[in-house]
Amino acid sequence: MPITENQSADTVLSIRDLNIALPKGADRALAVEDVSYEVKRGEIMCVVGESGSGKSMAANAVMGLLPKGVNATHGEILFEGQDLLALTEKQHRALRGLKIGMIFQEPMTALNPLMRVGAQIAEVFEAHGQFNPKERQARALELLIEVGIPQPEKAIRAYPFELSGGQRQRVMIAMALALEPILLIADEPTTALDVTTQAQILELIRDLQQRRGMSVMFITHDFGVVAEIANRVCVMRHGKIVELGDAKSVLENPQDAYTQALIAAIPSNAVPPHRETSQVAPLLEIKQLNKVFRSRGGFLKPSREVRALEDVSLTLARGETVGIVGESGSGKSTLGRCVVRLEHPDSGELLLDGVNLSQLKGDALRRERHRVQMIFQDPYASLNPRTKVGMAIAQGPIANGTPKAAALKQAGELLDMVGLGASAVERFPHEFSGGQRQRIGIARALALNPELIVADEAVSALDVSIQAQVLELLEELKQRLSLSLLFITHDLRVAAHICDRIVVMQHGRIVEQGSAEQIFLAPKEAYTQDLLKAIPGREAPVAATA
Amino acid sequence: MSFFARFAQNRGALVGLIILLLIIAMAILAPLLFPESPWRMVQRPFLPPLSQDGFPLGTDTMGRNVASGLMHGAWVSLLIGLVSTSVALLIGVPLGAIAGYYGGIIDDVLMRFTEFFQTIPNFALAIVLVAIMQPSITSIVLAIAIVSWPPVARLVRAEFMSLRNREYVEAARLVGQSNTTIILRQILPNTLSPIIVLASLMVATAILLESALSFLGLGDPNVMSWGYMIGAARTVIRQAWWLSFFPGVAILLTVLALNLVGEGLDDALNPKLSRER
Repeated sequence: MPITENQSADTVLSIRDLNIALPKGADRALAVEDVSYEVKRGEIMCVVGESGSGKSMAANAVMGLLPKGVNATHGEILFEGQDLLALTEKQHRALRGLKIGMIFQEPMTALNPLMRVGAQIAEVFEAHGQFNPKERQARALELLIEVGIPQPEKAIRAYPFELSGGQRQRVMIAMALALEPILLIADEPTTALDVTTQAQILELIRDLQQRRGMSVMFITHDFGVVAEIANRVCVMRHGKIVELGDAKSVLENPQDAYTQALIAAIPSNAVPPHRETSQVAPLLEIKQLNKVFRSRGGFLKPSREVRALEDVSLTLARGETVGIVGESGSGKSTLGRCVVRLEHPDSGELLLDGVNLSQLKGDALRRERHRVQMIFQDPYASLNPRTKVGMAIAQGPIANGTPKAAALKQAGELLDMVGLGASAVERFPHEFSGGQRQRIGIARALALNPELIVADEAVSALDVSIQAQVLELLEELKQRLSLSLLFITHDLRVAAHICDRIVVMQHGRIVEQGSAEQIFLAPKEAYTQDLLKAIPGREAPVAATA
Repeated sequence: MSFFARFAQNRGALVGLIILLLIIAMAILAPLLFPESPWRMVQRPFLPPLSQDGFPLGTDTMGRNVASGLMHGAWVSLLIGLVSTSVALLIGVPLGAIAGYYGGIIDDVLMRFTEFFQTIPNFALAIVLVAIMQPSITSIVLAIAIVSWPPVARLVRAEFMSLRNREYVEAARLVGQSNTTIILRQILPNTLSPIIVLASLMVATAILLESALSFLGLGDPNVMSWGYMIGAARTVIRQAWWLSFFPGVAILLTVLALNLVGEGLDDALNPKLSRER
């Protein structure tokens, strides 16, 4: 049954009984079915859902940016009294930017790499024929100051690649705000950003919204973000609205089972449970590890050096899960890649049960490889599209001398263990969803009976509910097979969920390490405190439900 | 689903395969239908098509049977196209794979070697090679292969460079697969699509290169080829269009068929496409 609202005078955008049809052959007929919601003046409306829920479709329809072959078949979208679905492309174009602004997820690709930031903002005015070139530059500068870019006089002449991800997103916001739109549509604007940057951008959006009295339609998959920013929430699933209401009431007292599950699936951001730390001999000892990346210099071009790891030392006990957290560029992934020896550390020792892995090369390294395995981040890129799943798992044992038939049989058993069923052996990776592929990746890592598994952002690319399932699976397998895990993540909530100990990294150095409890309850370093503070929704009631 | 069934789902590929089989049939049947040498002068010259029984495509400047030449020529043109492309792939794919996979100095050395061949104009090199080795089918095939492998090497190298750091390749390295296995089992299958497309175009280029060589009188003097026929008819194209038209159409159809078949092979080998349909 569709959930509807009464329209009132201060409604900016009103979507009524919207149906959007997908082209034939898609996994369902309607991307969005009987969707009705409103965005009121001066409020932030959050549309939440997992991937494939259709949460972005309605926003695309509002902007007139529906993909080819996808059409609104029923309903209306009222904005300032006119039905947006009835507009021609030309009328829509006049509206975009002027009345409705939009920010995208990927600030890297949303900006033209060959154009200076100032010129790109000025282009927005030019497209709507406002001001002369000089005024446009002045307005661009004002906007950059307003969105809080450091050194705006310099930034206006910078190219996008010279700015950080957060700064680029600020530029995007400046462009969206240039013409003072009434409605701002933000489609996952912070998903690609680090936690601390995300917190800043969320604050900026909330701040600008209040200062300008704008309405914001904020699309996200993250209930933590919802708790931070939303006035009202619309939860979507499979193209339908499952719950619609006040942010506070939805978060504190979700009515629908799916919303409850979603909120419960957020890795707890309450204090992690106390865990016994056993004092057994360390399985992995990392001593004074260093890694410098050098770009090859050229003619008249000096070579560049990036110190990815500086004197990193840590230990990991058998059966323990150690989390490495840090923002992008902190060197956490390089550390993981050094441990599995995909990178060659410059100096330092990597002792696995007393064997120094850091100095091994060629065949000697190949013989030791089975002891440390990795679960990769991207469930789509980590499986060879032309190799059947069974073979993908069996190729490790085969390379280590197991006969093919036995290896394939074992692959079936492993697939059963990770909950996919042995019949998956004969299928190709593209027939599986992201979460299922990540299970295949786990099965592959387990195939060689490793002593240590490095999980590099293993759940970052997954939806929250899937994320919770995969974490559960990892936890269960860890207990059953007494594995040790090095868990690399940027998400402190995930780390709290699964790790016994946490190591915080910044700029290639270890800032702080300790038990998960200690890090969360009594962080010593300022940087750790910043990271914790930046977790979206931390003070919100979300914590209580988990 | 069987491989052929997947292949046959692509209509174009099926049409291409039929054309190709017809051309092959032409080549095989040539000695049966036209037992006489295609070089023999059998009628008066410049006989237009369909003007006399037994000469459906007319006769050429010297009174030789065009239909006979076309059928005998099919054999040579196909042979040269396929064999020289295979040889070029045999040189180019391994070189490109090694250069792209290992990178560094190995890449530098192999690429400078490749560039050495690329700096000399293709056709000039082919002429020199054939002239040195004496014109024969073997020397022509070799010369064409030698001038056409560098683009293969460069393409394969570029594909390998972009694929070698994919996560699934890293995963294969992690489980202890040897470099050879990774190259052959992980990366090479994923470079097949562009290689197949390039190869089908290369067969076409090879047929054309052979035509050009024959045109210059560097063809094998013992065999009739489509290239020779077009070359010989060039001077009389306004008086006798059919002399260059029929061999031209034959080359066009062959190239088209090969492209269609290549595309179909690519689709059939791609697990994603074949199951979605």
